[in-house]
Amino acid sequence: MSLSKRVALVGVDESDQIGICEGKTALQLHAEAARNALRDAGLTLADVDGLFTAGPSVMGLAEYLGVQPEYMDGTTVGGSSFVIDVEHAAAAINAGLCSVALITHGEMGYSARRGRASRGMQRMIDPESAMAQFELPYGVGGPPSVYSMAAMRHMHQYGTTHEQLAEIAVATRKWAQLNPKAFMRDPLTIDDVLSSRWIAYPFHIYDCCLVTDAGGACVVVGAERARELAKQPVWVLGSGESTTHQSMVNNPDLTRTPARYSGERAFKMAGLTPKEIDVVEVYDSFTYTVLVTIEELGFCAKGEGGPFLANQRSAPGGDFPMNTNGGGLSYTHPGMYGMFLIIEAVRQLRDECGERQVPNARTALVNGTGGSLSSTGTLILGAD
Amino acid sequence: MNPGQRMLPTPSPETQRYWDGCKQHELWLPYCLACQASFFYPRPFCPNCFGWEVEWRQASGRGTLYTYAIQYRPQAPGFEPPYVTAIVQLAEGPRMLTNLVEIEADPAQITCDMAVEVVFQDLDEMSLPVFRPVRA
Repeated sequence: MSLSKRVALVGVDESDQIGICEGKTALQLHAEAARNALRDAGLTLADVDGLFTAGPSVMGLAEYLGVQPEYMDGTTVGGSSFVIDVEHAAAAINAGLCSVALITHGEMGYSARRGRASRGMQRMIDPESAMAQFELPYGVGGPPSVYSMAAMRHMHQYGTTHEQLAEIAVATRKWAQLNPKAFMRDPLTIDDVLSSRWIAYPFHIYDCCLVTDAGGACVVVGAERARELAKQPVWVLGSGESTTHQSMVNNPDLTRTPARYSGERAFKMAGLTPKEIDVVEVYDSFTYTVLVTIEELGFCAKGEGGPFLANQRSAPGGDFPMNTNGGGLSYTHPGMYGMFLIIEAVRQLRDECGERQVPNARTALVNGTGGSLSSTGTLILGAD
Repeated sequence: MNPGQRMLPTPSPETQRYWDGCKQHELWLPYCLACQASFFYPRPFCPNCFGWEVEWRQASGRGTLYTYAIQYRPQAPGFEPPYVTAIVQLAEGPRMLTNLVEIEADPAQITCDMAVEVVFQDLDEMSLPVFRPVRA
């Protein structure tokens, strides 16, 4: 039984502010985003019977919000979690286990780095784990220190260049310049990227995403309920999820990601092909994450992500509109960015994006990536 | 000696044999008798076939540089940027995360797939396998 078009996204929104949210907690960002997304859907917290989150414990979130869900899911697999939650919500709604699913996110990434807030994540590394024994002693740490090694293998194997990665940063910044909520809106050129400082070779700083404070939420309901609500439903046409490894070193092929599996299932469920997608929102923790994801989803042949995205093809006015909110690279990236891909895809399909609206967008693809290119969730969404 | 207080591994019952080997400056890998192949990291079964007939075998210490990155920001105590993190493809098949040493942290000097060999760094009670280029 296919889940295609059985559920719809009916409400999306960010927290009241994104970027720098001084004086707030991560949980408050969850709550603000929940209120705003429910308002967008024309629903209230009293309607919610399914609760989904990653970061805090789903129990802790339910307690904080003052709700008693009949269905709960705390799948925590990094930035893809919220995208995967939509698939889980679709399954739960379709099975009759809940009817209004609320998925929330909130992180104080910017403030936590400056010691002014708690990030909003349960963090613990088991000292007996493979990561603690076989990786941390070698001086790897944050995501740039390991994604850089994946990018290097791709550059070696397929001839991908620094310039091709820079194209992505520049195109994404051009979208951010059209989004009033974007954190970084100054002009950016390929030369700016190439002359910026190294973070972890082969990554310049502009190859790396922002670290901001932000929250987001979305509401998923079944088809009948969706048609009763005020706004036009955005249908889940296809979905998929996968994981191939946790630590980068255990990725069976460093030039790949599990998006080839989650994407294949999502396209098959939707009965669509990559050419039939009007707008693409893919996780951009790094420029390289975008390049490899586009390949894995089948938008171009393996190894040809660099040439495919050349000449500002994904920028406003190009024929491959991608990361139209300005992405994690320029709009916002609190740590686990996946929720914001969903928010932007829904807004594009509802024709709510103003200056950055992609004309006649009827289908959108969302691909969240979590961990060290470890987990992916793919959604194919459609408007009536 | 552990200058800079580098993070050191805490061996578990599954990995003690590996770290004991390192202490002797020997690289030992778990070997699956069904697959007739080494695997890494150590666990009491083979992650390829879920077979539990596993024994320890000494590895050659030779391999190639699968990939690397030059770390320009301090990611962990005991490291002075720039330093090189690497993933080595061992001659026996498995890959492991490590550091590339005895070479300048300069992309002009380092190439993926170059031949490397193991050397051991003694830190307090532990010895960590790291890799250096094989000189012609």
